[in-house]
Amino acid sequence: MYKYDEIDQKIVDERVTQYRDQTRRYLAGELSEDEFRPLRLQNGLYIQRHAPMLRIAVPYGLLSSKQLRKLGDIASKYDKAYGHFSTRQNMQLNWPKLEDVPDILADLATVQMHAIQTSGNCIRNITTDQFAGVAPDEIVDPRAMAEVIRQWSTFHPEFALLPRKFKIAVSGTKEDRAVVQAHDIGMEFYLDTNNKIAIKVWVGGGLGRTPILGTVIREHLEWQHALTYCEAIVRVYNLHGRRDNAYKARIKILVKALGIDEFKRQVEEEWSHLKDAPNTITEAELARVAKHFEPMPYEVLPQHDASFDTAIASNPAFAAWAKRSLHAHKIAGYRSVTLSLKPHGHAPGDATTEQMHIVADLADQYSFGELRVSHEQNLILADVKLSDLYAVWQKARAHGLASPNIGLLSDIICCPGGDFCSLANAKSIPIAMAIQMQFDNLDYLHDIGEIDLNISGCMNACGHHHVGHIGILGIDKDGSEWYQVTIGGSQGNNASIGSVIGPSFSADEMPNVVQKLIDVYIKERNAEERFIDTVRRIGVTPFKTHVYADKTVAKNEVPA
Amino acid sequence: MSNLIQITNGKAHISNDDWTLVKLPASQVEVRKQAGKIVLFKLTGEKTVSDEQVANTVIPSNGKVIVPLSVLIARKAELQARIDKNEVGVWLDTHEVLLPLIENQADLNRLPIIVVHVERFADGRIFSIGNLLRTRYGFKNELRAVGDVLRDQLFFLKRSGFSSFAIRADRNAVEAIASLNDFTAPYQGAVDEAQPAFRRYNRIA
Repeated sequence: MYKYDEIDQKIVDERVTQYRDQTRRYLAGELSEDEFRPLRLQNGLYIQRHAPMLRIAVPYGLLSSKQLRKLGDIASKYDKAYGHFSTRQNMQLNWPKLEDVPDILADLATVQMHAIQTSGNCIRNITTDQFAGVAPDEIVDPRAMAEVIRQWSTFHPEFALLPRKFKIAVSGTKEDRAVVQAHDIGMEFYLDTNNKIAIKVWVGGGLGRTPILGTVIREHLEWQHALTYCEAIVRVYNLHGRRDNAYKARIKILVKALGIDEFKRQVEEEWSHLKDAPNTITEAELARVAKHFEPMPYEVLPQHDASFDTAIASNPAFAAWAKRSLHAHKIAGYRSVTLSLKPHGHAPGDATTEQMHIVADLADQYSFGELRVSHEQNLILADVKLSDLYAVWQKARAHGLASPNIGLLSDIICCPGGDFCSLANAKSIPIAMAIQMQFDNLDYLHDIGEIDLNISGCMNACGHHHVGHIGILGIDKDGSEWYQVTIGGSQGNNASIGSVIGPSFSADEMPNVVQKLIDVYIKERNAEERFIDTVRRIGVTPFKTHVYADKTVAKNEVPA
Repeated sequence: MSNLIQITNGKAHISNDDWTLVKLPASQVEVRKQAGKIVLFKLTGEKTVSDEQVANTVIPSNGKVIVPLSVLIARKAELQARIDKNEVGVWLDTHEVLLPLIENQADLNRLPIIVVHVERFADGRIFSIGNLLRTRYGFKNELRAVGDVLRDQLFFLKRSGFSSFAIRADRNAVEAIASLNDFTAPYQGAVDEAQPAFRRYNRIA
């Protein structure tokens, strides 16, 4: 993974000094609330319901074991000994003290980490595929370019105070796992007809209040121009994005208002001046950064491992876990392992200090000392030998990290919601837990098969509810919490935004609503058909009819 | 004491101001709301200055004056002699577009100073405006930020091409100077240093 040189280290060290002074001035009354707000937000610090929340950057989801161990230490030293992994592949602390944040940042800087631009109206953490570099369907390893873009976006002076937040995702696989179409800019790397790395650029995607999938603004961009082309896009946005209304301030609204043709014309006009400027990426720089992402020193192994095959055959629990948790690897004899942070009845994405230390140990022992955070809020050991999987499973299971539910209904994507977040309209974690308890039978979960259930506590959509096969959105109606349900959303190449099935539900109705949706699917599905496929084939109506049938009856019931 | 920071030959210092900033006469500003909130930022290109305001703007008859962009354009003939004597600068708001200025003043460098007024510090359009004036339109003279100018934005303003900063009156400009150098080796090329780190240093993997 990328290792800091003196220049990188100096930037994070100077950030600690800068932020320490900003905090001091705020506490001394020299900075007003309004003046301090963007400063703390651009350092990931929210003022939340119970305490501040600090979002720590995990660039494109990649961590070393040393970094994860430090995150665990920080969670225990400054917080309640757990952290929450988010859908932007970051880690959040729910209970730090505002006064402690400069010290937390100083601790993070010792392991080449920071909280820069994890919130606020600026370019946020660059995200990508959690299987980058190891996925068999990968065409271009996106990590070096992600790092080049990270450095460019860090304290970019022109884009320090944009109309609204700005998210960039990159991907280099056949099957998109980075949801590039749901980002302000999505970059899809591919090899062009000259076998050179090229970029298909998407713009104006985003979830939130107005979910829109991105539009292709450029089919072919040579990789050298990635930064200057982004500068052209973000400049047009910075100057013309709507600052008068926070709900209409994202780039997607500007793109829609101008139309893609006019927006593209303006971007290309800007770019005609920026093209070939010094920010054009050099071969030498890409090569320097790419050196940090060279393949691991893999052993030459056969496709199969007898001990693994025996364990699968003789241990159903291990087999059930392996079926859900292993991902194909481009090197023979290796697998990527997803460690579930979704045990039933726990807050999705949370990990304790002890679990972080255990995962760091597993990474050291079995996966070259590195791991990844997925946007589905799980942790990944990317490079495990088949012969080590049983040992990994045993240790992971002993520490609650081996729920065999990856990709299944209970592998819920969920934001912190109303329990923690001051933006939320409704709680999300208790809904997730209630659904997990409703579907607590493993055989049944496997029978239901692959399904994405995503929950957001408000329309800011941190839980990506629009692209869940089932999406649940917390809303506020006259001061009480209600839940709106969508179906048919999807991430990936064939991304779609879900359709609302009808009027919203109360919290205690939710497990039963999900149950009814699943019942319709089980009844209607063809062989090998996933939930999303059935929804696409038969449409929303049969689901809607079944879910609301009882509701009408219930409403008509006259109390005795 | 002056609250103006100027960078000359790479050194920042407090300096006295010999320019007079000419303001438009006050106008009735209606409070607008969007999504239930008072609108704080004007839209780019929104017309906010009336012909009457332009006509009624009082320009001091002597000394160096910085006039509003709308006044410079509408009353150019009246100002031309003083422009030729290097006694006229122009100021614009962050929601104003640059094109009318460029069309009106073919050689921007005939203006000794351009001022950008930022009504609220969180309005990042000022950075793009600075960048465009320097890199696109080749403006070489003093570029000043005025208005809600605070120390925590100075580093970005400097990198976007600004060379002087009128710190908001209730803040300490002497202390603010330190923030011009919050970071010593930024990553990306910008106005003050066009070369990105990967071209400035021999970075070894």
